[in-house]
Amino acid sequence: MSKTFRLPDLGEGVGEAEILAVHVTVGQSIREGDLLLEVETDKAAVEIPSPVSGTVDEIRVHKGDMAKVGDILISFADSATAGAAGQPAPAAEPAAEPAAGEGPATVPDRQAAAAGRPAATPSYPTAVPGAPVPASPATRRLARELGVDLRALTAGGAGGVVTRDDVLAFAQGTGKPEVPPPAPEPSPAVSEPSPPPEATTEIGPPVLPDFSQWGQVSREPFHSIRRATAARMTASWAQIPHVTCQDAVDITRLEAFRQQHKGEIERGGGRMTMTIFAMKAVATALKRFPRFNASLDPAAQEIVIKHYYHIGIAVDTEHGLMVPVIRDVDRKSIKELSVELQGVLDRARERRTSREEMVGGTFTITNVGGLGGSYFTAIINYPEVAILGLGQGRMQPVVVTTGEGGHDIVPRLMMPIVLCFDHRVVDGADAVRFLRQVIELLEDPDELFLTMI
Amino acid sequence: MVMGEMELTCEVLVIGSGPAGYAAAFRAADLGLDVTLVDPRPKPGGVCLFEGCIPSKTGLHLAELIFDARQAAAMGLHYDPPRLELAEVRSWKQQVIDTMADGLVHLGARRGVQLIKGRAQFESSTTVRLEQAEVRRIRFRHAIIATGSQPLAFPGTDFRPGGRIIDSSRALALADIPASLLVIGGGYVGLELGSLYAAFGSRVEVVEVGDRLLAGIDHDLVEPLQRRLTGLFAAIHLNTRVLALTEKDDGVEVQLQGAAGGMEPRVVDRVLVAIGRQPNTGDLGLDKTAVHLGGRGSITVNTQQQTADPHIFAAGDVTGGIQLAHKATREGRVAAEVIAGKNSSYDVRAIPAVVYTDPQIAWCGLTEEQAGKQGMAVAVQKFPWKYSGRAQTMAAADGFTKLIVNPGDGRILGVGVVGRNAESLIAEGVLAIEMGALAEDMALTLHPHPTLSETEAEAAEIFIGNPILTLPKHRGDR
Repeated sequence: MSKTFRLPDLGEGVGEAEILAVHVTVGQSIREGDLLLEVETDKAAVEIPSPVSGTVDEIRVHKGDMAKVGDILISFADSATAGAAGQPAPAAEPAAEPAAGEGPATVPDRQAAAAGRPAATPSYPTAVPGAPVPASPATRRLARELGVDLRALTAGGAGGVVTRDDVLAFAQGTGKPEVPPPAPEPSPAVSEPSPPPEATTEIGPPVLPDFSQWGQVSREPFHSIRRATAARMTASWAQIPHVTCQDAVDITRLEAFRQQHKGEIERGGGRMTMTIFAMKAVATALKRFPRFNASLDPAAQEIVIKHYYHIGIAVDTEHGLMVPVIRDVDRKSIKELSVELQGVLDRARERRTSREEMVGGTFTITNVGGLGGSYFTAIINYPEVAILGLGQGRMQPVVVTTGEGGHDIVPRLMMPIVLCFDHRVVDGADAVRFLRQVIELLEDPDELFLTMI
Repeated sequence: MVMGEMELTCEVLVIGSGPAGYAAAFRAADLGLDVTLVDPRPKPGGVCLFEGCIPSKTGLHLAELIFDARQAAAMGLHYDPPRLELAEVRSWKQQVIDTMADGLVHLGARRGVQLIKGRAQFESSTTVRLEQAEVRRIRFRHAIIATGSQPLAFPGTDFRPGGRIIDSSRALALADIPASLLVIGGGYVGLELGSLYAAFGSRVEVVEVGDRLLAGIDHDLVEPLQRRLTGLFAAIHLNTRVLALTEKDDGVEVQLQGAAGGMEPRVVDRVLVAIGRQPNTGDLGLDKTAVHLGGRGSITVNTQQQTADPHIFAAGDVTGGIQLAHKATREGRVAAEVIAGKNSSYDVRAIPAVVYTDPQIAWCGLTEEQAGKQGMAVAVQKFPWKYSGRAQTMAAADGFTKLIVNPGDGRILGVGVVGRNAESLIAEGVLAIEMGALAEDMALTLHPHPTLSETEAEAAEIFIGNPILTLPKHRGDR
C-alpha cells in the first residue's frame, strides 16, 4: 500500500503554492520529519517535512510548479520497518458534501459549486475564491492548458468576457506558454479589497525580442514574491494618480535623543531607529488628517476612513519586498514599538511572517536611509492613500536665523523625507500640511513625546 | 480459456460501465491507452440505460401521449380511451434499450476496449480480483471507479425480489400495473414514476416528509406541476412520515403520520421507495487502497477526479454529489484525460437538471432560493407562457421561463423553465451561463417564431427593459 502526500491547507485564503524546491528523489528512503519540499505562497515560504517514513515512489511536482491545496505532491511506498508511520496527510473533506440523496434536493449545492460561487464549497479540494471570470468553456480549457490564470487577464471581450485571444496574448506575453506561470495573486500585505479586474500583471509589451541575438542571456524564474510585488505595483500605479512631495527634516535633536537612549532599548530587546519615530509621528498626523488613513471605494463612491492606525513597514529581504504591519501604533510606546518592529523584521527576513501579520495596514513607511538613499518616489501600497519615504540623514550646511535676526550657517543632520499620495483622495495642500506635521514632530522630540501623553 | 486462472494487465481499468464508465473507457482508448472495462452487466449502459433514464423516459413518453390524447378532445380531436398492452410496452422499451446497448458494445469494440463481465474487488492499489468472471485478476496502472449508486431502502425493509416494496429499477421493469401505488419520496424519481403509473391506471399516492415537493427547486417552478399532480394523483401527503411498512399477502400495510397526527393504516398493492441513492463503494475492497471515503460512503475526488490513491480515479454517482448521468459522463472523460497526461479538469459552471413530469421542470445555475440564502442580490425575470403563441397552440400556457440575472452587470446566473419541452429549452440557459452571456446577449439573439424558445429571449428582454409581449416597466424612455 502506498501513501500520498498532498499539499496541506496553508492557512486562511491560501489556495495554492509554488514549489520552490523538491528535496527528495524517487527511490529515496526517508524518515518521518525529513525535509520533503519547500513551497512558497504569496509571501510566506514554508518547509514541509515528511509526515511518513517510506520510500519515495513518485514525485508529481517539479520546481516552479504551482500546486493547489489537496493536490497530490508525492507518493510513498511503505518501507518494511515503517509500519507505524504517520498517516498520509488527510484529504481535505469537502466542507459541504452534497447529500447523496434524491436528485433535486441536492442539485443546487453542486450547481452553485460548479459555478464557483463562494457560499457553496466546490468539490474538494480546490476552492475558487470570488466569482468566476466570465469566459467560454473552450477559453477556460485553453487557459488551463497554457497555465494562465483567468483572473490575471484583462478582459478584451464585450461585457467583461475573457476571450481566447486574451488568453493567447497573455500566454505569449509571459514568454513561456508551455510552462504554467500562474498569474500573480495580490500580495497579502494589501489584499483586503482584491485588485480591480482590470489590474494586470503584464509587464512590458506583449512580445519580447530575442535578446540572445545581441549577447548571452540567462533566465530566472519570476517567483511568487516578485510576481506578487509586480502585480501590486502595477495595480497601484494603474489605479492611483500618484503625486510626490519632498522635504527635509532636521533630525539633529532626535538623533541625539536616539543615541542617548538606544542602549536602554537594546537591553530590552528592541532597536530604536528613525522608523520608530516616524511611525509615532505618522500616527499622530493621521489622527489629525484622517483622509490619509483611508481607502477610496469607487464602487460605493465613498472614502473609507479607518479609525485604527496599523502601519506597514517595507522590509527588504533577500527574497524580495515584504510589508509586515504593526498594529495600533498610536497606542504603543517607543519602547514597545522598538521591540515589536525588531521581532517583525527578524521574522520577515527568516520568511516566518504569517499572512495575518501582513494584512490590515492603513499607511506604509519605507525607510531606505539605512542603505544610503536620498530623495525618491514610492508607489502607494494599494488601497492605502499614502506612503512615507525616509532617506539617509546626512550632515548638511543649514542656514538658520539667529535670535538677532541674522543668519548663520550651521551643520545639521538633515533627513530627506517624501510623501507620495493618492490625488483622488487628497490634494497637494493636504499633503504638504500632513508632511509638515510629521516634520515638526520629528524635528522637535519634545513635541513628539507630548503627543504620546 | 482456463477458467479462474487467467491474469490480465492493462493501462487503464474502468470499473463500471454506466455513463461515467463507458465515457471514461472510450475517451481513454481514443487517447491511445489500453483499456479494460469491467461490469457485472454483459453490455455497457449501467443503471441509466437499463433501469433508469432510458426506460423511465420510454414510459413517460407514453404517459405524455395518453395525456395529450385526452387533452386533444378540447381542441376537437377525439380518441377512444387508450388501451395499454403491457407486454408490448415492455418489448418496445427493451427494443430501445437493446438498440442503445448494442451501439455501445459496437463503439467499445471498435475502439479496442476490452469488455469483461464480472465484479471487481481491489486487492491493492494496482490489482483487482474478479468474481464471476473469466479473468481472475487484472493488473493496472490506473483504475477509474465508476460503480454508480443504488436506491436506498426504507429503514427496516429491503427490496426483496418479488416483494411488494420496490425500488425504481423494479418499478421500471413494468411487470404489472398495480391498482394502488404508494410512493415514498417527493423527489424527481418519485414524481416521475408516480406520474407514469398514474397515467397507466394506478391509484397513486405520494408521501413526502418535507413541506413541499422537489425540495431544492425554486418553489414557483414547482407550483404548476404540483397543481397538475394534484389532479393526477389520488393524494399528495406533505409533512408526512412513514412510520411502518408491513408486507402482507394482499398488499403492504402502511402507517402514516401527518402533521395532524397518525392516520388510519392503509393497504396498498405496491410501495415504491424513492428516498435517494447511495454510492456503490461497499464491496469494492477499497480498504486495500489509499482511496478516501467521504460522507455517506462516497469516494472523495478532486477536480481532476483523482482519489487520495495516486493510481485510482473515480467518476459519477460513486463520488457523491448530484447524481446525474451527464455530470457522470463529463467526470469520466476528465478522469481519462488526466490519466492520459492531459491538463483536464471538471470545470462546469452550470449543471442542468430536468424533471420529466408533465409539465417538465428544468433548471441550471443559480436558483432564486440559493441566491436568497447567500444574500446575493439578483434580478429575477419571468416570462409567463400565457403570452407565448406557441404555448397557446399546444395548450401549454401554464408554464413559464425564468431568468436569474446579476443586476449589476446583467450576466445570466441561473435559468429555470417549467412547461412542455423544458428539457430542450434549458440547454440555451446552460450555454449562456457557460459563455458568460449577458441577458442582453440572449435578448439580442434572434429566436424563431413561433417557438417556446422565444420565452427565453422575452424573459431577457424584460430584464433589459424592452419586452414586446409584456409591458415594459418604463415606457417612453429613450
